[in-house]
Amino acid sequence: MSIELKDVSYTYSKGTPFERQALNNVSVSIDKGEIVAIIGHTGSGKSTFVQHLNALLKPDKGMIIIDEVDATGKTSDAKAARHRVGMVFQYPEHQLFAETVEEDIAFGPRNKGFSEDEVAVQVKEAMRFVGLDYDTYAKRSPFQLSGGQMRRVAVAGVVALNPDYLVLDEPSAGLDPASRLRVFREILELHKTRKIAIVIVTHSMDEAAEYANRLLVINKGQLLYDGKPEEIFKEHSAELRQVGLDMPQVYNLGEKLKANGLNLKGDIMNTKALVKAICQAKGWKNAK
Amino acid sequence: MLNNITLGQYFPGDSFIHKLDPRTKLLCTLLFIVAIFFANSPISYGILCGFTLLVILVSRLPFVMVLKSVKPIWIILLLTLCIHIFTTPGETILYQYSFLTVTKEGLELGVKMCLRLILLLLFSSILTFTTSPIVLTDGIESLLRPFKCIGVPAHELAMMMTIALRFIPTLLEETDRIMKAQTARGADFESGNIIQRVKNMLPLLIPLFIGAFRRADDLAIAMEARCYRGGEGRTRMHQLSYGSNDYVAFVVIFVLIFGLAFLRWGTKLI
Ligand SMILES: Nc1ncnc2c1ncn2[C@@H]1O[C@H](COP(=O)(O)OP(=O)(O)OP(=O)(O)O)[C@@H](O)[C@H]1O
Ligand SMILES: [Mg+2]
Repeated sequence: MSIELKDVSYTYSKGTPFERQALNNVSVSIDKGEIVAIIGHTGSGKSTFVQHLNALLKPDKGMIIIDEVDATGKTSDAKAARHRVGMVFQYPEHQLFAETVEEDIAFGPRNKGFSEDEVAVQVKEAMRFVGLDYDTYAKRSPFQLSGGQMRRVAVAGVVALNPDYLVLDEPSAGLDPASRLRVFREILELHKTRKIAIVIVTHSMDEAAEYANRLLVINKGQLLYDGKPEEIFKEHSAELRQVGLDMPQVYNLGEKLKANGLNLKGDIMNTKALVKAICQAKGWKNAK
Repeated sequence: MLNNITLGQYFPGDSFIHKLDPRTKLLCTLLFIVAIFFANSPISYGILCGFTLLVILVSRLPFVMVLKSVKPIWIILLLTLCIHIFTTPGETILYQYSFLTVTKEGLELGVKMCLRLILLLLFSSILTFTTSPIVLTDGIESLLRPFKCIGVPAHELAMMMTIALRFIPTLLEETDRIMKAQTARGADFESGNIIQRVKNMLPLLIPLFIGAFRRADDLAIAMEARCYRGGEGRTRMHQLSYGSNDYVAFVVIFVLIFGLAFLRWGTKLI
């Protein structure tokens, strides 16, 4: 069970003077159960890349294979395969349209042909996941919510599709720190309970290092690195800086502590590793 | 999905034609249209065609692209041709079939009319190919300014056009984005009968309109916050000014006009 991209290239506005190649020969395979973070400089092609994961953009060259089915085709198999990939766009709150929150979340499941009972179950489940109380919000208009709440409704609308792969394009952009944390907690929980693959585009190295077990670095439309976050950050810090990215804050903090004489061992890429290293250095018992 | 719509048809470049002042280009296009109606002999039509070709060459636009701009009106061309061919009375009958008569005069007139239309279209597309829409509105505003005293709201018209032009690509992009997002949620914009299709469009149209209103609101507030109070006493960032190129263009177009006028009436005088 995986999404495979084979030698995918994509050019915007092909054949016009404004032609612009956004992806160049990208090959990657994403398996069920992974949490993949995608980082890259602004305009590097991250959004273009993730829109290929469910064949919303058809590649000029190359193949998209979802669960062994060629997803660019017109067959019902291909359509079903595409529907197994849920996609939360950048600023998804701009796609809300229905009169009530409930109706909006139910839009996807209905299109997918769920029965009304199933739809109701999925809607409730999805709202619980994103932390919207059903009784308070279900009957409200999505346009009378705050930006963060709208974002949650939009995410719920995709979660309710019950996808096997969930792709999120900067789900935490423009949210306050507490909401950011919540969004990620919810995503992790979704990953744990439903055993689905998660693909997250993010501008935060910390989020990437903290939550992902695989990291893709995209630069100028090409896949620069693909591997474990700790390893990529450790081995390619200089190159990452060169393409306009940075190391996680936690790493910088660890380095500063080291420079100030705290004897920390190893390379520290996330909070867990930092806590462990400090406890070790200080001889404290690492409680949790 | 919508990415093969190119908006306006501006084709960036830095040729002689591109660099002309928009007012020059607008006025020259008008004068050229006048010139087209001076033409009556094969020679004058030849001159006009040659001149158009020359301008396309100088502008360094892809030739095929410019020719393609005639495509949308081919039906009109065909109709014009047929009507003239079949309805013009004349002496020399070339072909007759029951009530349909084709005369030499009719054929000539039809071809002439079509040629006029084609030239007209080609020349105005050169204008839009070589001038960005925003610059074009600047030019229009500046040309309309003298008519302000008779109540033409030149500045307001230009501002409205600029804003519309500025937001059309944004709206198209937004349409594309929402369409993708709803497609990812299983929306279907392509199948079903008319009523179903209209209904299926709602998830696209509602967010689009809400976005447009939000944008309009934001823009109004932003303009007011920067003390926009209409065109009164407003200076512009890009001052339009005529350069030597523009004088050359005017001279060329006037020579063309007088040449054609001479071909038509002058030869009789001599
Ligand atoms: N609809 C479009 N038409 C033309 N070019 C586009 C379009 N969308 C994106 N591009 C171009 O393709 C390149 C990749 O864009 P993309 O949206 O994938 O970047 P991104 O990595 O997601 O950036 P960000 O971090 O800002 O979201 C950019 O250089 C952009 O200018
Ligand atoms: Mg993006």
